[in-house]
Amino acid sequence: MIWPIDLAILTLVVVAAISALMVKDLLGASVLFGSYSFMMCLLWSIMGAVDVAFTEASVGAGVSTVLFVAAVFRTTRRTRD
Amino acid sequence: MTDLISMVVAKYNYWIYITLMMIGLYAIIAKNNLVKKIVGMNIFQTAIILFYVSISVKKGATIPILEHGHGPDAHHVVHAVDYINPLPHVLMLTAIVVGVATLGVALALAIRVYNNYNTLEEDKILAQIREK
Repeated sequence: MIWPIDLAILTLVVVAAISALMVKDLLGASVLFGSYSFMMCLLWSIMGAVDVAFTEASVGAGVSTVLFVAAVFRTTRRTRD
Repeated sequence: MTDLISMVVAKYNYWIYITLMMIGLYAIIAKNNLVKKIVGMNIFQTAIILFYVSISVKKGATIPILEHGHGPDAHHVVHAVDYINPLPHVLMLTAIVVGVATLGVALALAIRVYNNYNTLEEDKILAQIREK
């Protein structure tokens, strides 16, 4: 494990999580959640869990984002919080 | 002071896992929008996966693939200290797939709620239920 990259990406993960919850647009929230999942995938390849990393890249960052965008498309983009 | 800093840096993964867990819990409890609640639920799940993968990390170890697996001088003597522990990885592989399944069900339910009440905000839905 290369610890400077680990520290930097862990900080970015928290920033992405908070911004995904704070942004006032559901499509933006789903895209930010996709970037959060992808940074989690980088974190797992750093920690040596390569099998978990590519499952997360395909299932977490790929399929979840598609599901979120489809759900936002079928409902509404607007939100108050 | 130096003690505190070294303690935080040495266990940074665990601090961040607790932080992410609390962010997710806050979103589930306090956010008003159903999609935001679902995002919070997913952040909570990934925080637990982060905890389990952090357990398996070892200093000076490589990824869990046999080094002398084939070739002319192949042998299968395994020194467990040379490899990262793969058991938490396998468990968390299942957790990721279960997480996507719960996400799909939750979003389908949110779409049904939207079709019935024409809004995703929790307080408006509760007000409409009370009016009936």
